[in-house]
Amino acid sequence: MADKSATEVQPATPAKRKGVKRRAFLIGGVAVVGAGLFGISIADSNAAKSAKARLESDGGHSFATWLKIGEDDSITIYSPHTDIGQGSNTGLAQMLAEELDAAWDQVRVVSAPAEPAFANVGLGRAFLADMTGQPAIINGIPQSFLSFIARQMNLQMTGGSTALRFTGRVTFQNVGAATRLALIETAAKRLDVPADELTTQDSHVIHSKSGRALRYGELAAEAATLSLDNAPKLKDPSQYRIMRQSMQRLDIPAKVDGSAQYGIDFSVPDMRVATIMAAPVRGGKLTSVDTAPALAVKGVEKVIKLDDAVAVVAKGYWPAISGLRALTPEFSDGGNGGISTASIFKAQGDLMAKGEADSTAGDGDVQAGLGAKPIEAKYQVPFLHHAMLEPFALTAHFKDGKLNIWGGMQDPLATKMMAVDVSGLDADDVTFHPMMIGGSFGRRLPMYMEIVGQVTKLAMQLPYPVKLIWSREEEVAQGAYRPQSSAALKASLTKEKRLAAYRNDYAQPESAESETVFPYALPAVSRRHFAHVSNQQTGAWRSVNSTQQGFYNESFMDELAHAAGEDPVVFRRNHLKAGSRHLRVLDEVAARSGWGSPLPAGTGRGVALVESFRTIVAQVIEASVGDDGMPKVHKVTTVVDAGSIVNPDAAMAQIEGGIIMGLSSAIGEAITLENGAVQQSNLADYPLLKMAGAPLEIDIHFLNSGADMGGIGEPGVPPAAPALANALFAATGKRVRNLPILTQAKA
Amino acid sequence: MKRSFEWELICMAIQTSINGKPVALSAEPDTPLLWVIREELGLTGTKFGCGIAACGACTVHVNGEPTRSCSVPVSEVAGKSITTIEGLKSTDGTLHAVQQAWISAQVPQCGYCQSGQIMAAVALIEKTGSPSDAQIDEAMTNICRCGTYPRIRKAIHAATGQAAKAAKPAEGAA
Repeated sequence: MADKSATEVQPATPAKRKGVKRRAFLIGGVAVVGAGLFGISIADSNAAKSAKARLESDGGHSFATWLKIGEDDSITIYSPHTDIGQGSNTGLAQMLAEELDAAWDQVRVVSAPAEPAFANVGLGRAFLADMTGQPAIINGIPQSFLSFIARQMNLQMTGGSTALRFTGRVTFQNVGAATRLALIETAAKRLDVPADELTTQDSHVIHSKSGRALRYGELAAEAATLSLDNAPKLKDPSQYRIMRQSMQRLDIPAKVDGSAQYGIDFSVPDMRVATIMAAPVRGGKLTSVDTAPALAVKGVEKVIKLDDAVAVVAKGYWPAISGLRALTPEFSDGGNGGISTASIFKAQGDLMAKGEADSTAGDGDVQAGLGAKPIEAKYQVPFLHHAMLEPFALTAHFKDGKLNIWGGMQDPLATKMMAVDVSGLDADDVTFHPMMIGGSFGRRLPMYMEIVGQVTKLAMQLPYPVKLIWSREEEVAQGAYRPQSSAALKASLTKEKRLAAYRNDYAQPESAESETVFPYALPAVSRRHFAHVSNQQTGAWRSVNSTQQGFYNESFMDELAHAAGEDPVVFRRNHLKAGSRHLRVLDEVAARSGWGSPLPAGTGRGVALVESFRTIVAQVIEASVGDDGMPKVHKVTTVVDAGSIVNPDAAMAQIEGGIIMGLSSAIGEAITLENGAVQQSNLADYPLLKMAGAPLEIDIHFLNSGADMGGIGEPGVPPAAPALANALFAATGKRVRNLPILTQAKA
Repeated sequence: MKRSFEWELICMAIQTSINGKPVALSAEPDTPLLWVIREELGLTGTKFGCGIAACGACTVHVNGEPTRSCSVPVSEVAGKSITTIEGLKSTDGTLHAVQQAWISAQVPQCGYCQSGQIMAAVALIEKTGSPSDAQIDEAMTNICRCGTYPRIRKAIHAATGQAAKAAKPAEGAA
């Protein structure tokens, strides 16, 4: 049943594929689409050879560039993803080790080198499949060609909840299984027995008939010379002993004793520390600065003027920031001095009122279905800052024609290529060394990170290594924010309390289509995007457009349920397909939350159901309003169907964190603009949820329907805001249509 | 000549103790303790998050009190005893009970705030013994953007022998 319902909800509309194209373009800066490319054949042996040589330089034997088995049985897995604490490297290791039948305690994971030979072919393959909608054709493409594509796209990205469901399933499980077969083949020859008499367990090939066993370590050298099976048979899940287990995360011990080295912790002899201030009005340039006050600060060595920023280089961070604060630089505003939060909302509203959409998706005759008197509501959400706790910090050193850069980035290979562009050096002369990342949530993708260009420019003119650290003030003011966005929603109800038509108009820079799944089956639905671009840089914020779209649609569905006089769960049920995964998730959350059971006076329950990154999440929130007017969340019940789960405890941690990030943004977070500049200055005026505001009770349940694996890092976020807003309506009768709730509590 | 310069330096240095060892610090007196710990002593487990004592990533103990080191000039800690995350382990390398509880509850995600969270939790436990949920809410004001609060609460309870009251794991059926 689960598989059947899974196929029903697989989104494969043309609009969806278009969205994927856009993302693929953003990742690599190279669009790779079109059937015409399929005939091209590129030999990939050079890339493979260089990767193998690199991994084996310190001993051991490399398989398919992602795996190395040492003669001491040690197993090293090279991850092309950045583990930002979401547990993806542990999960990837579980997937590979499972198929390899490795001894788990011998497994360690390190970052793949930021070199083209380690571009993420599996991710490229999955993106290509999504782009063409033709996985069967993709499967026929030679691996060498896919590797070429991934290298052209500099694809080493972490994002879109892709690590396990794409890299893990497409690459790592296959590499593990194929390597296991090569080890068996080697053992069969050495023991002079048929391969089918051999089994594997805990990094040994075993011949039970004769009671003999060989260690993987003693087979590795010979096995690594065999060519690997391209399509090995994978295990049936019933045989799993490492996957689907809550293995302890491999990165955690170093995170409790202070030994983990993040990008900001890097240091080399003679290193200087710099900090920087860019034009407060984005789009502006540096027009003048008197450098003397900074140079008068003890420890300051240089003031460097960039086109749109001024940097102070010193012996340490404190003299650097003290020097920067002593300056009074003048910046132009690039003509953006009139932009404000209010002016953006007004422009967005005007665009939607004018009615000329930039793109439209959906089905049916919505205009006719809405009739003369539709139900209408307008929603607004602010820019959101990622507020990851490690500020940007990269160290760069240019010496003897070579540039080395150290730090934590979501896409090491693209970071390297960006430094190549800025420095004008050959790719062979630039090396990026990936380090641990102190939070990202979408912020550390190089295309949004001016710091890569900044540190490269500083290093190219300094005789010593320089670590550039952004102050938190710079971090808050120069973000790549979740877009400020407005929506105008309209719908009509039949006499039978069924929705006849539904229109979702929204204004923001980009179409949200690739992250919007409207799960309800209605006669007529349309989503119309009205493109409005301000001077602010907008980027991927955990779950991308699913946060605002989830808030709009699931809040409005609640309004419609009340307009129809129906219970919000019943009303949603009535518009979901029988037997669908969405319906099962909704029913489960209603049952587990005690939906409909009595609550204390002043407390309300709200529900929301959002699919994002192919994972369906429903939440029921119990909340009340405190004496200070602020919402208090008492309990969150969550049901998740991600198809299947690789590491249940790590998955639960991701959903917990997603809920808290969703609540935090709904309750308190907003980046606002005045005269073209960001008004918030630090974490004091960008309030994040703390322990006391986090719900005391969180119940998370995974359904594991067996459908294709969905993402887990992002989908916990989107339902939180609408479930909370709906709970507050149930508690107080007051509808929240503008976020954050804080501004209305104060009003 | 050389000797007198050194003598002058020693006289100017701020004497204090870090993780049980006496140190003489040469930083400018207005330098925040955080940057002395990180850049002069090379102890990078204590983190920079905001610089205004809002996030708590830089929490260390000064004479046992949890202190946001980004906002304390080093001159103020002269003669005091400072403990950082690196000083929590016992001399034989055994982790502090709170660190062990952090691993058992699989608390950290990105991990960047966790040194500060652990230092705040250790101070709370030393002060209260077995903190209640209300005491945890009041004392644990460090920010975690990954949202590990339910597990931090669970780990504090576990470290003090109380039943976990935070997020209840409810593993799904296949």
